Parts: sequence; C-alpha cells; structure tokens
Amino acid sequence: MSLIEVRQLEKVYRVGVEIIRALNGVDLTIERNDFIAIMGSSGSGKSTLMNMLGCLDRPTSGTYLLNGHDVSRMGATELARVRNEEIGFVFQSFELLPRQTALENVELPLVYAKGGWRDRRPRALAALDRVGLSDRVHHRPNQLSGGQRQRVAIARAILNRPSILLADEPTGNLDSATTVEILAIFRQLHAEGQTIIIVTHEDEVAAHCDRVVRLRDGKVMSDLPILQDSAGRHRGGAGAKGSHELGEQKLPC
Amino acid sequence: MLNPLFWYQAIALAFSQIWANKSRAFLTALGIIVGVASTTAVIAALTGLKSKVLTQFESVGASKVFIFPNRPDDKPRNLYPWEKVRLKTSEARALRDECESIRAITPITEVGLEVESGDRKIEGLSVTGIWPDWHEIENRNVTSGRPFTAIDETNERQVCLVNDDAVKELRLPADPVGQFITLGGRRFLIVGLIETVQARFFGLNTSSAEIFIPFSVAEKFQPRDFFMRITALLKSPELAEEGTAEMRWILRKQRGIPDGETESFQVEAIDRFIQQFKTLATGITAIAGGIVGISLLVGGIGIMNIMLVSVSERTREIGLRKAVGATPNMILLQFLLEAVTLCLVGGFIGLACGRLLAFGMTQIPSAQLDEADIPLWAVVLAFAFSAGTGLIFGMFPAIKAARLDPIEALRHE
Repeated sequence: MSLIEVRQLEKVYRVGVEIIRALNGVDLTIERNDFIAIMGSSGSGKSTLMNMLGCLDRPTSGTYLLNGHDVSRMGATELARVRNEEIGFVFQSFELLPRQTALENVELPLVYAKGGWRDRRPRALAALDRVGLSDRVHHRPNQLSGGQRQRVAIARAILNRPSILLADEPTGNLDSATTVEILAIFRQLHAEGQTIIIVTHEDEVAAHCDRVVRLRDGKVMSDLPILQDSAGRHRGGAGAKGSHELGEQKLPC
Repeated sequence: MLNPLFWYQAIALAFSQIWANKSRAFLTALGIIVGVASTTAVIAALTGLKSKVLTQFESVGASKVFIFPNRPDDKPRNLYPWEKVRLKTSEARALRDECESIRAITPITEVGLEVESGDRKIEGLSVTGIWPDWHEIENRNVTSGRPFTAIDETNERQVCLVNDDAVKELRLPADPVGQFITLGGRRFLIVGLIETVQARFFGLNTSSAEIFIPFSVAEKFQPRDFFMRITALLKSPELAEEGTAEMRWILRKQRGIPDGETESFQVEAIDRFIQQFKTLATGITAIAGGIVGISLLVGGIGIMNIMLVSVSERTREIGLRKAVGATPNMILLQFLLEAVTLCLVGGFIGLACGRLLAFGMTQIPSAQLDEADIPLWAVVLAFAFSAGTGLIFGMFPAIKAARLDPIEALRHE
C-alpha cells in the first residue's frame, strides 16, 4: 500500500460566472520515504494540489487515500485531526508565533493533539536538536535569522512524526547560502526515513529531490526521478520516462 | 477530549493578548469596569444602609406592635369624641387576656410630676407608668435591685425604677436602691436601677432622666381621659400579620365597631416597616441591576468589536493553528476564552473600584453608610455577568474565527 494514492482528483472553483478547474484529473502515487518536488507555473494547480495533499481542502471529485484512509470525504474536524497527526507543514514565510519562544512554537502541534503533551519538552528539544537549533531554544522569532526561523518551523513540522512533511516554497524567503542549509536539513530528514513533499518553482530546489512532478493546467505533465551521483551532487539522470522530458525540466518555470 | 496543555496555552494566550495590548484591552473593558464598579458601589451602599436601618429596627424589636388611638380622617370629628377614641386600661387587659399571639403587653402613659430627692427638686419631670411586661418588651433590665412585679401593679405599690441619668440629676447615691424619692408629693421607694439605652432609634437620643412607676399608680396621677398607648410583643416576628389582625378584632369587639366601620385606633407592627423598607431596597437593587444590564450591553459591544479586530489581525495565526491541527471547535473555544478572560479582568478591576468606592462611603461622616460593603452574592454576580458578557458577545467573533478557511487564512496579508 502506498502512502498517498490520488486518483482522478478534481477541484473546481466558481468565480462569479467563470468556472476554474484548478485540478483536472490528477493521478499521483507517493511511496513512503519519497523526496518529491511538485513544480509548475502559477495557475498550474500546484498550490491547490498541495492544499489537497495537506488535507487543508477537499476535492470536488476523485479520491485521496492517505495511509489507506479516504480523506477526501472527511469533515473539517476529522481533517484537522489528520493534519495534526499525519502532516507537518513548512511555509514560505515560516508562520511562527511572534511572542512565543522557539520551544513553544515547536510544541504548538501538541496543544491540539490527543496525547503526548506530557513529554512535550523532551520531544520539542529533540526536534530542535534534529534541525541543529539546540542553542536557540529560548529565543523568540525576532531574535533568530531567517534560516533559523525556518529551522524552527521544520522542527515544529516533524514534532508529531508525521507521515508527510509538506513544504510550500520553503526557501522562497531565504538567500542562497541559507537555502542550501535548509535543503541539507531536508536531505538529512529524508535519510532518516521522512517522506517529504516540496512545492517549489525553483529548479535548484527541485534538483535536491529524488523525484519531480510537474503540473500544467491542473494535470500532471511529467513525473520523473532525479539520479544522484556518488558525490551527493544532483544531475538529471535517465529516468523511466526517457531523457527527452528531462531537458524540459531544465526550463525555467 | 482536550488535553490540559490546550487549556493552559489558551488561558496563557488570553492573558498575553491582554498584556500585549494593554491600553486597548483597558479601553475595551472600560464599559465593563464602569458598569461593575458603579453597580457594586450602589449595592454596597444599599446593603450598608439596609443593615444599618434593620439593626435599628431590630433594636426596637422586630416583633413589636404599637397600638395607639387614631381618629378616622373620613368621619366628622364630632362622631368621634376623645372619650370614644382614647385607649383604656380595660382594653389593654382585654388584649392581655384574649390575644393568643402576644407574649407580653404593656400600656404606657407619661405623667409630668414634681420630683424631689433630699433638697433636689425638679418640676414637671416625665414619669412613665408601665406594666411589668415592659421589661421584656423593651428588653431593659435592672442593673441593681429588682424589676417590677405583678404585685407592684395589683397592689398599686409606691415603688419606682430610675436610670443613671435620673440618679445623676437627683444627686442620688450611685446605687440608689432602697432610697426614697418624692413623686408628685408621695414617697416612692426606688426598687431598681434600670440600664440606660443610648441612641435607640435614628440618633433620637432618649437617654435622659427616666423614672418608671407601676401603671396602676400612674393612672391615679392622671386626669380621667388621659392619653395612653399600648406596646405588645408578639410570640414571633412571623406572627406580625396574624397578630395585628387578632388585636384589631379584639379591639373592635371591645369598642363595638361593626364590620365595615372605620377603626378608631391603629395597630402597627414594626415588622411592617421593615417589610416596606426591604421592598424599597429591593426596588433600588433592581434598578441598579438594570443599570448594570445596560452598561454590560455597551461593554459587551466593545468586547465584540475588539474581538472582531483581534480575529482579523490574527487571521494568519488562526490559519497556522488550523494547519497544525486545531479543529474549528478548538479555535472557537480559544477565542471565547479570550473574550471571557478580558471581561473577567474587567470585572475584577470594576470590583476593585467598587470596593474602593464602598470604602470611600464608609469614610463619609454621618452618611449612615459606615457599614457599606459589597456582599458575596454581588461579587459572584459581578463575575458571572462579566463572564456571561464575554460568552455572549465573544460568540460571534469566535464563530467567525472557527469558520475561517485555513487556506484563505494563511494567504491573508
């Protein structure tokens, strides 16, 4: 059983008289410990797909099986529970609570969890340790650099040991040096067994992943693996679907 | 269902929101502060006044009944000559013998007499004639010697009771029992020293020289149509209505007043005055309640307004909380708790101000408010109303927050 099985997913919005098909029959299978980038230009439906995968929204039609459970027909309360237990979000603008310390920010998911609040301190400290922020535990977001803030956000996302780490343009607000730093953390988490989905429009970011899904007009246009060389550098490799599509992957989106 | 961490962080967040926006929170809660402060102050004043007045009534005796002659206003005067209207000793006896609901009864009459003791002589001193029951009715006992007995009354013994002021004025020895004084030309034996009661009723000072003699003796000093009143003590204050009705029935029978005819006397229980005052106090409390209702409404609208501002300011935060797993109900509860906390803090400050005002009242001299205090029920009610205001007026903003779409919320600028 795959971690995520999406079949014929459609999302239709109505804006005034206009009908917008944000997702127009998406099929996607994601296995455990995948490290996948979802790419596409604006309007391609990648944000909508991310919202669906993150259980923030429900599709108009189609099915979405997460760990074998159909989450596409769940109510708002059940979806909140699924998000709490199965999904860790990392956002472009970090979304940290400004008046709380790094530790308190990381603990936030446990506020809404059924259990686990008793050992929240050691768990939050362990999560901060995994992102290399053990020495910034009691700092507030405004006392941290952008990269450090995003690391706090990553620690918060992995606190509940989610099935999926879902990152939406996680390096969009960071300089290139920090981007490398954050991507290294993702790679490290992936090596430890974490399934990661990154929504991005940057090729450099996508190049760090193992697999790239491109969307256009609400449909999956390509779904290709990226081969890693022995030095840990990334280059486009011959995938299952042939090299002609790889060339396209280099194009700016 | 919800873990303790949720409650802890929700309440901590509520307080940190207030702390982070101190002046805004204060201005918002001002309506509630003013409402609670003014109402609790009014209630404190009323409570103080009530306890003062009731203590004064009770010092007179809650189960006391006064009977006095009363010429009907609606009848020609010549139909009711004084002889028909005045109370008679026989009527007092009839009440004593027939009325089931009274425990003690005494006729009281005052006669101005010339009082002599040694070479001291006082003209026209008021001497009061009483039955022995008077001690029980007025709750006044002797500090030395003995009180009046039934034998003093039936044998018309020339004995008297004096108080400390009388002792001083007549320059009697400190313990005058056994001394003789002359009242109206007759020798009276002082059998007891009666305690002086200070400031019995609304500052009306009755503690001047007092001399008491048996009623039967006083009668002999009086003209034939002398004035007397009757004071009785009921078996219990609850008998006020029943007892007065019984006394009126007996007196009507005595005077031969047919049904429907106006009475030529009046029977008033102290209890009735107390009831009237309590009704008045309850009325004023209700008005104060109305004021608090209005001020809490105004305060509540302020709370609603600021909570709506808070929801819109913190839209992204709400989105984030939803993304990490807060259900709509949790968000609802969070915002309700914030509104309730804000109102309770306002209520607390209001109560403190009210307490201060109440203290201020007790410092005003001669305002009869030195017992002003906020009763416990008013404290509980103030908090309950504050919390209720938070719940009612926080509901709409909280529902708005709970219904926010997490995607829209996270996209909000």
